[in-house]
Amino acid sequence: MTVQNPPAVKTSPVSRYGLLWTLARFREAGISIFILILVVAVTLRAPSFLTVDNFSDILLNISILAIVALAQTMVILSHGIDLSVSSMIGLVAMIVAFVVKQNPEMPVLLAVLLGMALGSVLGTFNGLIITFGKVPPIIATLGTLSIYRGLVFYYSQGTWINSFELPTSFKLLSKGTPLGLPNMVIIAIVVAVIVYYFLNYTRTGRDIYAVGSNPDAAQFSGIRQQRITFLVYLISGLLCGLAAVLWASRFESAQTNTALGFELQSVAASVVGGVSISGGVGTVPGVLLGALLLGIIQNSLTLIRISPFWQLAAQGLLILIAVISDKWILSRVERTKQ
Amino acid sequence: MKAGAITESKSASLISEYAPRRSFLSKFQRWEWMLVGLILLDVLINTRLSPFFLDARNLSRTSSDFMEIGLMMLPMVFIIITGNIDLSVASNMGMSASFMGLLHNMGVNIWAAALAGLLIGTLGGLLNGYLVARVRLPALVVTLGTYAFFRGIAYGFLGDQAARGYPAAFTYFGQGKVFGTLVPFSVALFIVLAVIFGLVLHRTTFGRYLYAIGNNENATLYSGVPVARIKLIIYTLSGFMAALAGLILAARFGSTRPDIGTGLELSVITAVVLGGVDINGGKGTMLGATLSLFLIGLMRFGMGLLNIQGQVQGIVIGFLLILSILLPGVAQQISSSRNIGIYPKSVLISLGVLAIFIAFFLFFFWSRAPVIAGG
Repeated sequence: MTVQNPPAVKTSPVSRYGLLWTLARFREAGISIFILILVVAVTLRAPSFLTVDNFSDILLNISILAIVALAQTMVILSHGIDLSVSSMIGLVAMIVAFVVKQNPEMPVLLAVLLGMALGSVLGTFNGLIITFGKVPPIIATLGTLSIYRGLVFYYSQGTWINSFELPTSFKLLSKGTPLGLPNMVIIAIVVAVIVYYFLNYTRTGRDIYAVGSNPDAAQFSGIRQQRITFLVYLISGLLCGLAAVLWASRFESAQTNTALGFELQSVAASVVGGVSISGGVGTVPGVLLGALLLGIIQNSLTLIRISPFWQLAAQGLLILIAVISDKWILSRVERTKQ
Repeated sequence: MKAGAITESKSASLISEYAPRRSFLSKFQRWEWMLVGLILLDVLINTRLSPFFLDARNLSRTSSDFMEIGLMMLPMVFIIITGNIDLSVASNMGMSASFMGLLHNMGVNIWAAALAGLLIGTLGGLLNGYLVARVRLPALVVTLGTYAFFRGIAYGFLGDQAARGYPAAFTYFGQGKVFGTLVPFSVALFIVLAVIFGLVLHRTTFGRYLYAIGNNENATLYSGVPVARIKLIIYTLSGFMAALAGLILAARFGSTRPDIGTGLELSVITAVVLGGVDINGGKGTMLGATLSLFLIGLMRFGMGLLNIQGQVQGIVIGFLLILSILLPGVAQQISSSRNIGIYPKSVLISLGVLAIFIAFFLFFFWSRAPVIAGG
């Protein structure tokens, strides 16, 4: 820090801005502090909050959100947005649940692969519209948001798949604990590790950052921008397919309104986790903390007996506070630089 | 001789570039005419398919169904022309209507409650505008946050309750018709406001500023235009109009629930973009947006008459939204790549993609087949 910006440190009182510098440099530190304060405050009000049971419950609740938020993050990093994630989850969950219902003997792994394949096709469709069709991402995915949701209704004819229609092996896919933790949490961790490796240590991963921070510069330095853009939507579809299978398994059903509004939560987790909506900035640990923060807030609001009706408002307020404080910290740092 | 020929052709091309000969047909290439054509086509098809389509009472009733979307669309045209977006309109509408419902349930006079609803909606718009214009946060993030925040407040106000029993004088605004004609009050209100918004956009300096901001915000700022104040104004206006739409929707339903108008922001944005307004800002007309509003409304009405579910109608609207931007772009690409020629590799990739989609749809219908047989 001192090495990279010596004049700024010299001209500004370091003691006063030290904390701000750290917060600006390590967005994760800011969220971690916020999470700690929240945990302490909630534990004081409701001691049952800080228990192993409750925390494994929170982890179970945010696993799907974490997977989808990571997918969303990759898209946002490349300066795009994928609003269709909720509908992709809904459609894949419905199709997979139908297939599993008709073939109860089917190996669970095959259901997972089927979900990921179906998700990839939907993601391919998004990617083609955006790269080949030159449709702005927000319009393209807004369109597929309603197309995929419409297909859910068309496919299911408005009916649901209920718990008793699904085989036990499929239900245990998310909740079984052969490795100590619920499978779903382990899958989320594995996905996070892979995405972390992909974004930080592979050439394609770094290209995503490059395309997001400056598309023209990326193009001139030989990165095939179209290919990267296509890839992130494909990956987004793939991960949503995985999330969809887990969703159907966890809630033991597939409904026409599965994951409705989930696109908001995935964007919220990314943005709260420090991903810049204009692309190029954001880390995997930050996004995971963002998802954790959303999960903790949802859980603690219930524990301290705040009416569930106010929870959505609290979530919205949190997103606003996160982006405002981020902007405030950055502008203070900018000021000390001058 | 040779040099002279070159300059001659150069000057000819310059003339044709700066003063293109406008043929009679080129006037019809505008997007608005395309929309008029689509509306006529839709009316024609639907009239063939259902005898109830071209019925004055039905059309009058159905046109009031999408006037709330229209009211929110007017300021949205302003916002999108400046290159911004407001995802929170439908939530703001829910918040305003719920606040009015809450006050009504508490026994407050309905007009005072309606005024309070308009006020809270306007404040909501002001909050958006302040965060976008003054704090300079990205519009997408701000309005995504307030999208949840406002809807959450609506749930906080009413919970699982509903507000009912509005007096007839109030429900007139949603259900009534103008002086014994077949024109619903909300349609008349929309048309008057659409004309006003259109005049502001196309005939005032304020309107020109909106286009300028959308084309190049920094250049506009440096030429002395109060960009921040303009953004503050249009977002506040958007909040006010969302509240107004919320009141009219509540009056039409005769009741208010906190989930009132959920998801309408997508319809609003679809109408604006399909109307030829560039999502990146700087381009578009009020007439185009209004025409596309009626196109979507008539299409939904026609599909409703054919017993197509609302959600399945979304497939058609979604495709329309994507195609409206995709087709002009692809046509341009094809015409510009004609000189280069198509590479065998891209043909192979296209075939591969096509195969994937065919496989997907075969699987889609194959796995669904037993369900149809069963139910």
